[in-house]
Amino acid sequence: MNKAKSLEFIKKYTMIIVLIVVTVFFAWQTNGNILLPMSISSLISQNAYVFILATGMLLCILTGGNIDLSVGSVVCFVGAIGAVLMVEMNVNMWVAILVMILVGTLIGAFQGFWIAFVRIPPFIVTLAGMLAFRGLSNVVLDGMTVSIKECTAFVNLFGGGADCYIPDFFGNGPINITCILAGVVAAVIYVLMQFKGRATKVKKGYEVEKFGVMIARVIVIVAVIIALSISLAMHKGIPSVLIWVLVVIMVYGYITSNTTVGRYFYAVGGNEKATRLSGINTDKVYFLAYTNMGFLAALAGMVTIARLTSAQPTYGQNYEMDAIGSCFIGGASAYGGIGTVPGVIIGAVLMGIINLGMSLMGVDQNWQKVVKGLVLLAAVIFDVVSKRGGKLMAKN
Amino acid sequence: MAKILLEMKNITKTFPGVKALDNVNLQVEEGEIHALVGENGAGKSTLMNVLSGIYPYGTYEGDIVYDGEICQFNTIKDSEEKGIVIIHQELALIPYMTIGENMFLGNERGSKFKINWNETNDLAAEYLKTVGLKEMPQVLIKDIGVGKQQLVEIAKALAKKAKLLILDEPTASLNEDDSKALLELLLKLKKEGLTSIIISHKLNEISYVADKITVIRDGSTIETLDKMTDDISEGRIIKGMVGRELSDRFPKREKKCLTDEVMMEVKNWSVYHPLYMERKVVDDVSIHVKKGEVLGISGLMGAGRTELAMSLFGKSYGRDISGEIVIKGQKVELNSVQDAIKHKLAYVTEDRKGNGLILSNPIKINTTLANLGAVSNHSIIDKDKEYAAAVEYKEKLKTKCPTVEQNVGNLSGGNQQKVLLAKWMFAEPDILILDEPTRGIDVGAKYEIYCIINQLVAEGKSVIMISSEMPEILGMCDRIYVMNEGKMVGELSGEEATQEIIMSHILKADSKGE
Repeated sequence: MNKAKSLEFIKKYTMIIVLIVVTVFFAWQTNGNILLPMSISSLISQNAYVFILATGMLLCILTGGNIDLSVGSVVCFVGAIGAVLMVEMNVNMWVAILVMILVGTLIGAFQGFWIAFVRIPPFIVTLAGMLAFRGLSNVVLDGMTVSIKECTAFVNLFGGGADCYIPDFFGNGPINITCILAGVVAAVIYVLMQFKGRATKVKKGYEVEKFGVMIARVIVIVAVIIALSISLAMHKGIPSVLIWVLVVIMVYGYITSNTTVGRYFYAVGGNEKATRLSGINTDKVYFLAYTNMGFLAALAGMVTIARLTSAQPTYGQNYEMDAIGSCFIGGASAYGGIGTVPGVIIGAVLMGIINLGMSLMGVDQNWQKVVKGLVLLAAVIFDVVSKRGGKLMAKN
Repeated sequence: MAKILLEMKNITKTFPGVKALDNVNLQVEEGEIHALVGENGAGKSTLMNVLSGIYPYGTYEGDIVYDGEICQFNTIKDSEEKGIVIIHQELALIPYMTIGENMFLGNERGSKFKINWNETNDLAAEYLKTVGLKEMPQVLIKDIGVGKQQLVEIAKALAKKAKLLILDEPTASLNEDDSKALLELLLKLKKEGLTSIIISHKLNEISYVADKITVIRDGSTIETLDKMTDDISEGRIIKGMVGRELSDRFPKREKKCLTDEVMMEVKNWSVYHPLYMERKVVDDVSIHVKKGEVLGISGLMGAGRTELAMSLFGKSYGRDISGEIVIKGQKVELNSVQDAIKHKLAYVTEDRKGNGLILSNPIKINTTLANLGAVSNHSIIDKDKEYAAAVEYKEKLKTKCPTVEQNVGNLSGGNQQKVLLAKWMFAEPDILILDEPTRGIDVGAKYEIYCIINQLVAEGKSVIMISSEMPEILGMCDRIYVMNEGKMVGELSGEEATQEIIMSHILKADSKGE
């Protein structure tokens, strides 16, 4: 590999490299505690809402660095409505879920309307939403905590409480065989898809990457999948919330990279005028981004109340910051048009590991915030400076 | 002979790939009005930017001698300190500030921590009186007309103690009365000892005010005419501006592509400015283009050509658009870009970086953006097909790039232009409007673009080419419309047209229309 190529390699995989370095650092500092099955399992359940929200936030950021500040409050508001419906009004669980999804999506559409068609700056619209829905959550809950411990079906479905794992269908040994099997199946499917894709490309006469490169990538990913499933199997099995997270990641990963709508998000962020002159309705793209954000905030709201088995007026605080931070750390551009779902997930995992690692090390909460802030700043500086060809200062 | 205030000696300025100025010399005497004329892109504005320090010392070759000493300006501030003040074509006033605030912006009265508003407004009132503007300094800029704003600009320059005033197209956006007033003001200020350099396309105005006229063509000084000794009639100036030979820079079209079948007809098309609602930017224009024809639209910058094209392209510019479009004998309503593309119309913008391409995206994504449907199935993109399409067009247009995965931002101007053309050719239009298709690209790439245009008409498409470069219009077009100030002022066949005829059409309209 020559110098230019290795530089490009480092640039492409910066965040993965950082992730590995950070993990090794914390493994050393916590005597390996961070790699324990229990830690990994809780990393997933604790950060499920970040993965979901960050995916939605990515679409907003893609349209031109626009953020949605209201998601934390919407998470809380949707959760509050769900809890009140199920507990105080005894509404059927499925009806409650439907109502929550509808409310979240409508809130997104409401904000999207002002942003897309009236062209009110997103920062203002969502700041207003952040205030309004925080207030409304208080009103709905009457300032109290509503416990949903009794709604076990709901809690289990969204992966909260003590039994938030997919049960082992093959007995009750110390190792969860279902989990291992699921991991193996996922790995096999991945390998088959890779080879099939390559075969079609060869058949149609398109360019393919070097065989060695592909094998290396497949091996690394299969190893990660298997290691993760073994690790989870040693601690109660697959957290059911992981299913939701994986579905969101896969669906949105596909939409952003393979569909025309996904392409429009990137195009609008890259050059809105050119996109409009290419016959694409850019207003609709903005509207879609924020409506979708509302939808995913509703899902995150359900995950949140299930995990905490209650709804409180203070839930969801700073969730928007976690989501926005993950996007930028994961390589989304603050100017829009650049960023991927896998990248954002890596950003979220990195944030999660830093959180968990510092907690295990017993670092003071306040210092944790300082570190997270600096990591975010460093990530965006890196993004901006590397785009400028390595020059730090904007002038000269 | 009066004292020479400014002398620019052998100024050479190169941009990557283009020599914008080549050994330009300019001498301005104290107390005269010196006009600078030349075609679009001849280098007038570049020269003035060198003089005012926008292009700092060291980025050009040659010397600026001002008031007897060699100057090394690094910023506009440096040149302003010496008394050289430039007023740009686009007014640089801030609408929501008062006249007084604007006049002393960056030059505030009082101390750093406390602006002295009384002094500001008193001084402003004084300068307003000098330029003959009857407005209070406390009036907001947005509340006065363009003509008055131009006077505020001059007052602002005087407030900076200007000794040499440079005006870039000062009357471009003014009506006849305002233009006249402005010219009278310049003559009055000249009597008071102010030296000015004026850049203008309006030759009748130049003949009226200028003492000397320097003609610039293709980045070189051609001649300086003196009012006292030389003939400075419009015809004489035009000869200096355009007197260049047409060499064999244009590929011949192999077979006769032109047919008699009318592809598109536009009737009584009028468009108003999107912000200044009373301004008509396209005025009752009727044109038609035939199948297999290369139609040229010539005119000066600001003639309304881009506005015409964009308003035709799904009303993407302007408001209160009226008129009729007939494509292949059928009357159509094009209310959005989608409609326009559906009716096989394409508009290739003059501003490829701003309106055309997504620079941060690869060639293949840019190529398919206007016609994603062709490479997708039920909204799911077939990436292999997309890649193949991008490669096909890359080869067809001979775009120079390692792969189609390359980001467009890293390509040269000529190759970017080819990607932009590829994007619109991929949308499979019948009518292509090419707006300044060769702007800012080198001669070799230009030739290739001309070849592509020939290929397009050979396939039975119609090309409408908007260009400010007259040789290109003359060399490429079957028929030429001349546009000026929103109106079509002439129609010529490719054979009969010459630069002089086109220019005289524009100038005739100028003196008649105002």
